[in-house]
Amino acid sequence: MMVRLNLLLLAALIACSLSLITSRHQARKLFVELERQQGQSRAYEIEYGQLQLEQSTWAAPERVERLSRERLKMQIPGPGRIQVVSGGQK
Amino acid sequence: MRTPAARGTVAQSALPRLRAPLVFGGLLLLFGVLLARSLYLQSFNNEFLQGQGSSRYSRDLEIPAHRGRILDRFGEPLAISTPVKAIWAWPDKVEASPQQLRSLAAYLEIDPSLLEAKLEHGDDFVYLKKAVAPEVAARVAGLGINGVHDDDEYRRYYPGGEVMSHVLGFTGDGDVGLEGLELAQQPWLGGIPGSRRVIINRRGEVVEDVASIRAPQEGRDLALSIDSRLQYLAFRELKAAVEANKAKAGGLVMLDPRTGEILALVNWPSYNPNNRARATRDRLRNRALTDSFEPGSTLKPFTIATALESGKVGPKSIIDTSPGTLTIGNATIHDAHRSGPLTVEEVIQKSSNVGAAKLALALPPEAMWDTLSGAGFGVPPRTGFPGEVAGRLRPAKSWRPIEQATMAYGHGISVNLVQLARAYTIFATDGELKPVTLFKEAGPVAGRPVLKPEIAREVRHMLEMVVGPGGTAPKAQVIGYRVAGKTGTAHKLEGGNYVNRYVSSFVGFAPVSNPRLLVAVMIDEPSAGQYYGGSVAAPCFSNVMGTALRLLGVAPDAPSNNVILPAEGAEIQEET
Repeated sequence: MMVRLNLLLLAALIACSLSLITSRHQARKLFVELERQQGQSRAYEIEYGQLQLEQSTWAAPERVERLSRERLKMQIPGPGRIQVVSGGQK
Repeated sequence: MRTPAARGTVAQSALPRLRAPLVFGGLLLLFGVLLARSLYLQSFNNEFLQGQGSSRYSRDLEIPAHRGRILDRFGEPLAISTPVKAIWAWPDKVEASPQQLRSLAAYLEIDPSLLEAKLEHGDDFVYLKKAVAPEVAARVAGLGINGVHDDDEYRRYYPGGEVMSHVLGFTGDGDVGLEGLELAQQPWLGGIPGSRRVIINRRGEVVEDVASIRAPQEGRDLALSIDSRLQYLAFRELKAAVEANKAKAGGLVMLDPRTGEILALVNWPSYNPNNRARATRDRLRNRALTDSFEPGSTLKPFTIATALESGKVGPKSIIDTSPGTLTIGNATIHDAHRSGPLTVEEVIQKSSNVGAAKLALALPPEAMWDTLSGAGFGVPPRTGFPGEVAGRLRPAKSWRPIEQATMAYGHGISVNLVQLARAYTIFATDGELKPVTLFKEAGPVAGRPVLKPEIAREVRHMLEMVVGPGGTAPKAQVIGYRVAGKTGTAHKLEGGNYVNRYVSSFVGFAPVSNPRLLVAVMIDEPSAGQYYGGSVAAPCFSNVMGTALRLLGVAPDAPSNNVILPAEGAEIQEET
């Protein structure tokens, strides 16, 4: 009787230990993944900053003005060519 | 042959009597040694061993925190920090083939001879290059030269370049603010790196977070009141005006008279904050806030407002300004153009020094001081910018009559350009002085009442006459909008004497029916022939104001040409 109980407890103990090992391993694997993802998120943030810089460099008013004048041949209309359309208020 | 008796005697005779206790004692002694050793390790050497142990599996990692961005009022980035690498070396540890050194110099874009010179520096640590792009640093690391290392650092970029530089300032080593708002707002913008303890595995990967030693504090973003489109427009026009008039310098401030927000603040000459190699001390100065000048006639409206408020005169009262000079003691005040009797309105419109002086002399000095001080002269404008000056407004008790007379037309008092712009919010609103700020406001801001509303309206009407026919600044007119403003042309003071060099200025606002923008322009020492505020500063004002109003989509309040005409080349040219 005693022997069977002990064997049963031993089996339970082994099972518990194994599950502890696996969950610990899982936790570490997930943690490594989390770290990696966080690193990536930081990298994306940095890239976002660099892209913002790039965008504002391309969209600099000086460049927009030059391109619209030179490439698109746009002009500011003279006063005679402006007609004011007033909306409901005024 | 074997008998039990015989066996017993053999066993007894084989064991000496002291053997068992001896073995036992020896074992006990060894145990004692072990116990003592472990006690020694546990109690005396504990710390050292613990440290050795944890250094094999735990690490303190820094958690980086970057500096906050600076944004304009619409969220356009004006300053962004991005990580870069600093490449450094221990010269005496560098082992590299000439081939490797050549590629290193090529990657870093420095002269090979300069690189050699740096590496012959001795045994000190030398920076080979700072602010290197991460991709370049990776290529350098790929060369695998011993003794060459890289460090993480941040570099701040300013997409606005010289247009924004005076407002923003710049950062130095460690991304710490050195000038301008970067300096003033360091506690808000600056990030504080954190630190945490982790467990690493054999491959150096972090496998567990043990403790957070210090939480990082990220730098916060800062939203300015600046509109980057208007800022660029103001910069372009100011630069053109300074160059066309061969002037020494210039400044322009644009603000929203409803909130006191500064929409544009530019100076020329300027510098590029991304590359400060050629930035001299002189170029770094934000003149509009850190320099004061004698404003000249732009101060006359305050004299007139005080006179109107005293009740002694009305807008139509007659002041005799003939013969165009006024002698007080041994000093004489001159008018640029001689006129006879003028109404109070015309004193402003024609900018008569004699008229303004006569009006001032009829007033108690305290009343004038109250108006000028109430308009914010003599105290710093408190925009949140470091190093702004207060200008000079002496106490009324110390005024002699000649000083009171010259102060009436803006001499003997000094102001900075932002103060001057702010003071005009009194006339753009119904007598309220708005607090100026460089930071974005959520809605209309309450001001401090300085003038009675009806007097502010009367002066506003006089200021509109200045740009009208017969005024000093017809060139300040803007097509489609009613404009009001005042010119200023002041002799410069040098070594206590007035010299024939000038500061030309114009301060005005539009549309008069509901002022949305207020612009103050100052041109220092124009030397291309013209020097009157009406011909130097007023055209710049008109260009900036007209384009800005159209850009903001402000409804015109003047009957402009509503008829659509065919395109005329000349007209288009003039508009640009």
